[in-house]
Amino acid sequence: MLPFEQELEILTQKIRDLEEFSSKHHIDLAKEIDLLKAKEKEIRQKLYAEITPYERMQIARAPNRPNTMDYIKHIFTNFIELHGDRLFGDDQSIVGGLARINGQPVTVIGHRKGRDTRDNLKYNFGMPHPEGYRKALRLMKQAEKFKRPIITFIDTPGAFPGIGAEERGQGEAIARNLMEMSAIKIPIIGVLIGEGGSGGALALAVSDRFIMLENAVYSVISAEGCASILFKDASRAKEAAEALKITAQDMANFGIADEVIEEPSGGAHRDPKLVMDRVKDSIWRFLSELKDLNVDELLEQRFVRYRRIGVENLAL
Amino acid sequence: MFNPFKKTQYAELNITDQIQDRPLEKCPLCKEIILRKELVQNLKVCPKCNYHFRLGAWERIKILVDVESFEEINEGLVSRNILDFPAYQEKLNEARIKTGLNEAVVTGKGLIMNQATVICVMDSNFMMASMGTVVGEKISRAVEHALTERLPLIIFTASGGARMQEGIFSLMQMAKTAALIKKMDEAGLLYVTVLTDPTTGGVTASFASLGDIIIAEPNALIGFAGPRVIEQTIGQKLPDGFQRAEFLLEKGFIDMIVQRGKLKETLAELLAMH
Repeated sequence: MLPFEQELEILTQKIRDLEEFSSKHHIDLAKEIDLLKAKEKEIRQKLYAEITPYERMQIARAPNRPNTMDYIKHIFTNFIELHGDRLFGDDQSIVGGLARINGQPVTVIGHRKGRDTRDNLKYNFGMPHPEGYRKALRLMKQAEKFKRPIITFIDTPGAFPGIGAEERGQGEAIARNLMEMSAIKIPIIGVLIGEGGSGGALALAVSDRFIMLENAVYSVISAEGCASILFKDASRAKEAAEALKITAQDMANFGIADEVIEEPSGGAHRDPKLVMDRVKDSIWRFLSELKDLNVDELLEQRFVRYRRIGVENLAL
Repeated sequence: MFNPFKKTQYAELNITDQIQDRPLEKCPLCKEIILRKELVQNLKVCPKCNYHFRLGAWERIKILVDVESFEEINEGLVSRNILDFPAYQEKLNEARIKTGLNEAVVTGKGLIMNQATVICVMDSNFMMASMGTVVGEKISRAVEHALTERLPLIIFTASGGARMQEGIFSLMQMAKTAALIKKMDEAGLLYVTVLTDPTTGGVTASFASLGDIIIAEPNALIGFAGPRVIEQTIGQKLPDGFQRAEFLLEKGFIDMIVQRGKLKETLAELLAMH
């Protein structure tokens, strides 16, 4: 249950209590219960029909939302994880390796989040250190060498603001990924499945096609961070989430997302298989589309995707 | 339409006015009181402790580029409040009035000891030189200018990070500028960055860190995450000198630290060698 679903959850629980009470004490409350159920349905429909950016942000962060490992297991076969950046270490918050999709070998890379505290500590809540970006780039270069398309799954609150991450140059690591990914000579498909937090997300997101889940969010700064800096009040995150324009629909309007994957009412965790099947179809469709391009066309189109961003907003 | 070859434009520094109004300046580092006139003559470096005061874009150009050789390009580019972000337009207007600049970076072409180069200078007086669409676009066009004319490129960076008020468009400027720097690589053209105080966030994580040669000014704050955010996250105070130029040199992320007074000749020699 997410914070914005609390009221609905209370009502649902009340109905359950009434039903229990009615059957236990053999009192006919059918009329009342039906009335409440109708009300509940109405509230539920309204709640999910008018879902705000701030609520989507909560869905995007839900611990039971399908994560990168779920997608890897569901969409691909024969996943072989590869470790380490060959420079310093193996960042647990980014997972990568070889896999097959419909039989075709690909390189898969994604941010890794856990479901419980133990795993989240292990994976640093999906917040990479520089080693993570460097591992990702190493695997991408390897993919380029063997002409395997690259699929990335993006789901991170952002880069990790820590001493080690700075000492080992996370700015440089992100910058290098952005630069090198702009020229990797094989198709890259990015899938934003949950949180797309700033530079930590972008470092895996430079791509030829960008797929976004309906409730995923993409932002230059967290809504909380933005609120505390600009409004001097972190509790105004709701306002910041609105102002920053972070939703999948926004990204589609801006020409940043090529496809938005519809989620069941309430979010992807309500029916993970359905959502992951849709993502698989979309990845496969885009892979087939990109196969027809030669390297020069592929790179030119990728360059233009980023070169044009914001140009229409300029006033001369 | 812009004209890249428009007549040289120089912003005269109002040094004399400032000196008359406030003849003294306090060094933020050693707290010494310095005669402003002396400070200006010393390229705004504290004569007592070597603290490098922040420079505006035009001050930088004035001390760096051969007299009358600078031609600004794309000076008219201004952003709209794309997202209708609260209070953004007002902040932009204020920054324009305060600095006399249209945006947080001045780009152009000039001579450094007689060698032609494309130059970009960010100005932290303009909304902390945060990178929005216009900053990204001006940097990109400057790179394209260097590519077309086969000139080297020098970028003086300073930035508080991405410009939040332009949301995802700001983030995307990182990918855009990095993709253009890749083209400098492919063209075999020299790209030098000079990191000045402070260079942080999305600028560090894009073009600032990608120079063939990376120079920093002494004591400049350089990093990705801001020090306050790190302190809040890890719940401890940061060691002295953390994220300063000297720290980055030690960790292997910059090539050299150059005193402001030696910068012009250093850059000139680098240009001459390429």
